[in-house]
Amino acid sequence: MKINKLTFEVNYKNHKPKFKLTLLALIVANLTACSSLGVEPWERDLLAKKEMALTSSPVDAALDDHIYFSKEASSGGKSFGGGGCGCN
Amino acid sequence: MNNIKNKINVSKKYDIKDNMKNNKKCNIKAALSLATSALLGTTVIVGNVAHAQDADEWQFETAFLLYSEADRVTAGEGIIAGTKTFDNDEILNLKLTVDALTGASANGAVVQPKAQTFTRPSGNGQYVTTEGETPLDDTFHDTRVQLNAQWTQPLADNITGSVGAHLSKEYDYLSLGLNGNLAYDFNKKNSTISMGLSHFQDTFTPEGGIPKPFSSMLVGDSSSVDWDAEFAKTRIGDSENKSTTDMLVGFTQVINRRMITAFNYSYSIVDGYLTDPFKVISVLDTEGLAQDYIYENRPDSRVKQSAFMQTKYHFDDSLFNTVADVSYRYMWDDWGINSHTIDTRFTIPVGKKSYIEPHIRYYQQGAADFYKPYIINEEFVDEQPITGFVSSDYRIGEMSAITIGAKYGVVLNGGNELSFRIEYYRQMPTNAGFTDPSALNRLDVYPVVEAVIAQVSYSF
Repeated sequence: MKINKLTFEVNYKNHKPKFKLTLLALIVANLTACSSLGVEPWERDLLAKKEMALTSSPVDAALDDHIYFSKEASSGGKSFGGGGCGCN
Repeated sequence: MNNIKNKINVSKKYDIKDNMKNNKKCNIKAALSLATSALLGTTVIVGNVAHAQDADEWQFETAFLLYSEADRVTAGEGIIAGTKTFDNDEILNLKLTVDALTGASANGAVVQPKAQTFTRPSGNGQYVTTEGETPLDDTFHDTRVQLNAQWTQPLADNITGSVGAHLSKEYDYLSLGLNGNLAYDFNKKNSTISMGLSHFQDTFTPEGGIPKPFSSMLVGDSSSVDWDAEFAKTRIGDSENKSTTDMLVGFTQVINRRMITAFNYSYSIVDGYLTDPFKVISVLDTEGLAQDYIYENRPDSRVKQSAFMQTKYHFDDSLFNTVADVSYRYMWDDWGINSHTIDTRFTIPVGKKSYIEPHIRYYQQGAADFYKPYIINEEFVDEQPITGFVSSDYRIGEMSAITIGAKYGVVLNGGNELSFRIEYYRQMPTNAGFTDPSALNRLDVYPVVEAVIAQVSYSF
């Protein structure tokens, strides 16, 4: 038992920095992955198209929001929920 | 070989330089579009980036929409929105919305195996619902005018600010709102963090006044001498107020040349009069026959939260350069309601100048804790329902809904766009675990609501 405990302690001690390193490596990898996401300014040809805008038709979105605000219990999320009656 | 390589490199460099120069405005506008659309969605008209060179010129977007429910409400809504982009990338957006509504809306009472008589919300006159029919109040007529103004501008190299105002007025309702937003771009403008705050102040002055919660709807001869005095006993005032504060935090990330994603979290506090003054709830005997109709009562505050995720993906030639737009929203509040919304659109180019856009939306919500389709009179203690709040409005009950439709758009000479949209909307209220009394057994307590949405838009 004693030996086991000792081994465990030794192992634990040995693994602690390894664990920290792995965690650090993971975080760094994650950050690098994050910063490598995206495009260069001259690669925005597709993203710059109107249909790739997050709200490609704001007028449709405004009309839809008005309908669903009046007919359902939820509103907003993508943009502000806003005021209004919604009584009919 | 080396010469050719150098030439290519040189021309590449010039291309990039030229591109960068030409795209400077585009990029700024694209970034602005990204920032503002992430934040504002509906409140800012994001100009077509291809038209970025048209600084100092107004761009207009107009639309007319017809919303028509089978046997219920019909509404027409027109929008004209103008966007002006100034030389220094300041954007002014003005929007005028006018809508008119007429028709019948569920009054909250439950269907019966006998005819039912109700008093109009104004107190002037009555209407009768035949047996087996869902009670609908057919006195809804309203015209609404709404004005929106939004100003967006760069505040620093990577920071965009925006402020806006909102005014909406109808016969019995006034809503005033202000909003402010900040967006910070980083990682070569591939990532954007945005924050927004809006506040709305509403005043409701319904015809016939504000009904007293739980008081019985007065039914009888409205031309009798003491009618007005008796009706007044069911009222507690002429008008009520409501305020709404929304906070929104968003993160937008360009994944690659074809893909962009957005995440939003929003927190909304609504305070004040949240009851619907036009809604009653049936009080039934143990067999299920209506004895009375009492005015509903909702809490005077509601805290709503939502998480929203959206991805747009531009497919290549093999899938006709289709743009897929998929979003999901989870909403929950302190009334016990939660909901799931999945919205999907595919913009498929047809030839060089037109596109077709199928749309499917699925919505599912749970009922508010105080929702009941009716009250059995045994549930009363001292003339009030056991719970302090009660509403039979199906819109805060359990339901699912689906929208299926398509849009067809064509770019005309000069870049103006004409589009048509037609959609079918179906609401399917469901039983949230109530056991119906025997009189309701063969009746449709949770009727389906169907509507057609038709829209024509023109931008120039």
